[in-house]
Amino acid sequence: MEIKFNEQELQEIEQIKSKYPTEQSALMGVLWIAQRKFGWISNDVILYIADLLHLPPAHVEGVVKFYTMYFKKPMGKYHIQVCTNVSCMLRGGEQIFHFVKDKLKIGNMEVTPDGKFSLEEVECMGACGGAPMIAINEDYYENINIEKVEQILNKLD
Amino acid sequence: MNMNFPKLVLPDIVDLSNIDVYIANGGYEMYRQIIKLTPDEVTNEVKKSRLRGRGGAGFPTGLKWTFMPKGNDKPKYLAVNGDESEPGSFKDRQIFEHNPHQLIEGILIAGYAMGMKAAYIYIRGEYHRWVKLMQKAIDDAYSRGFIGTKMKDTFGNEYTMDIYVHKGAGAYICGEETSLMNSIEGWRGYPRYKPPFPAQFGLWGMPTTVNNVETITNVPAIFKITADEYLKIGATTHPGTLLFGVSGHINKPGVYELPTGTPLKEIIYNVCDGVLNGKKIKAVIPGGSSMPPLTAEEVEVALMDEDSLAKMGTHIGTGGIMVMDEDTDLVKITKRIAHFYHHESCGQCTPCREGTGWMEKILDRILKSEATSKDLDLLVSVANNIEGRTICALGDAAAWPVRGFVTKFRDEFEKRIKPDHSFVAPNVVHGRRNTASTLVFKEI
Repeated sequence: MEIKFNEQELQEIEQIKSKYPTEQSALMGVLWIAQRKFGWISNDVILYIADLLHLPPAHVEGVVKFYTMYFKKPMGKYHIQVCTNVSCMLRGGEQIFHFVKDKLKIGNMEVTPDGKFSLEEVECMGACGGAPMIAINEDYYENINIEKVEQILNKLD
Repeated sequence: MNMNFPKLVLPDIVDLSNIDVYIANGGYEMYRQIIKLTPDEVTNEVKKSRLRGRGGAGFPTGLKWTFMPKGNDKPKYLAVNGDESEPGSFKDRQIFEHNPHQLIEGILIAGYAMGMKAAYIYIRGEYHRWVKLMQKAIDDAYSRGFIGTKMKDTFGNEYTMDIYVHKGAGAYICGEETSLMNSIEGWRGYPRYKPPFPAQFGLWGMPTTVNNVETITNVPAIFKITADEYLKIGATTHPGTLLFGVSGHINKPGVYELPTGTPLKEIIYNVCDGVLNGKKIKAVIPGGSSMPPLTAEEVEVALMDEDSLAKMGTHIGTGGIMVMDEDTDLVKITKRIAHFYHHESCGQCTPCREGTGWMEKILDRILKSEATSKDLDLLVSVANNIEGRTICALGDAAAWPVRGFVTKFRDEFEKRIKPDHSFVAPNVVHGRRNTASTLVFKEI
């Protein structure tokens, strides 16, 4: 895919820039748009955004690598995030992580060969009242158990 | 327990997130009232209410507002902290979802009191859905003329401000106020050295106040019922209601708005219907994973306000109560907490960057029963050497729970220590060298 934003995305970026007194402040928002479009933040994307926002590429790379939610490699169509922090651990979050790991036959931050699923053991996602929980892409699934996870995964295509 | 208190932050009103419902229930009316006062009068009312920050430190909000310089020679900013990454904390999410307009109205009141140009609501990246909900509420408020340049016509007053959402991207440290500001500015989320404090040198070098989402949402409610009435709710030195997020081994986990000073026992057994499967409690973390735990005996007497908990050696934090039953492996929990802080340390300060890793390694050894009797003291020593030696509070947040668990539940840890030779006298000098042999004092 050509690394380029379309007219609509560029407009969205202008709108983000208008929120802040400096161009650099728009970086995180622009990276979110880039991840939505390109799926992950490659070196080419870093160079493109650096050019767009008049920033040194090293700065953009530094920001990308600091924040865990920007993908540094292509991830699956469905990115499964399993929380194993304390509240979820107390309710079986670890078992769910191992279940998904075994079912998909991939490890933490790995992608299935068909590119459909990727798995991440995440830190607290702020849904402790619904522990254990997983998130798939942007959606939360709370009060789950192994059976429910299996059903959810089977429904994804 | 006196259940007769007003729900100030999350009232039981259906569909309150809808702007029309909010307006029908007196929404944006408080802002209309307070602009008849001078900004100083507004700040004084907040000061009088003794409202304290809900983000963890419990700093008096009104006092914080007075730190802002007067005059308009520089733009001033409000940063509203909704990063909410503290494990065990999930309260701000309820505000974004169920009462976003009260947060907006609170921002307007704070903005007027301090003469803010704009406010940035920092919401953690994982909250995709809640970022959208909050943005929708802001868009609605803009279109009704409650925010932005139209405020002049709506409220008949010269003051205007803008409100924006800034979405994070997965960094616990961005809940720290200076790190949050760096993140908004498009830097890596490194905490800044203080001083200068945000009120002097904040966002883009301009005077800035950082308040928690729940703190700001309390503000319109204070004006609605008056500071005098607010003071009558909950604990004297920490008044009002708190959003308690209860999780772990509990029958009814969730967010509950209750007066400060509510007995912890009451929350666990009455509000949340007791411990899962009728088991006994082993430990409870009262305010998010950074706070030292309470033992079962302490849970019996603990009152949930900052000063009462401080006397017991812990803190109210974010009000995230994590309940652990009698079968919980506390070594494993401590190791998981240590892993979290190791993962989230930004890496600027050596004691935190290295120390959090060492703590995790030692705890891993203990968990695998590979540790020696010296490891426990080494663990506490590492924790002590992180505390207070870092730019921000993440170091303390990593040290407190580890030291708390080891001190209060030492026998659980000792059980995992592999039996070793009985030392007559430890070789202190070479104690940390694997090759050091034990000094044995003999009678001469």
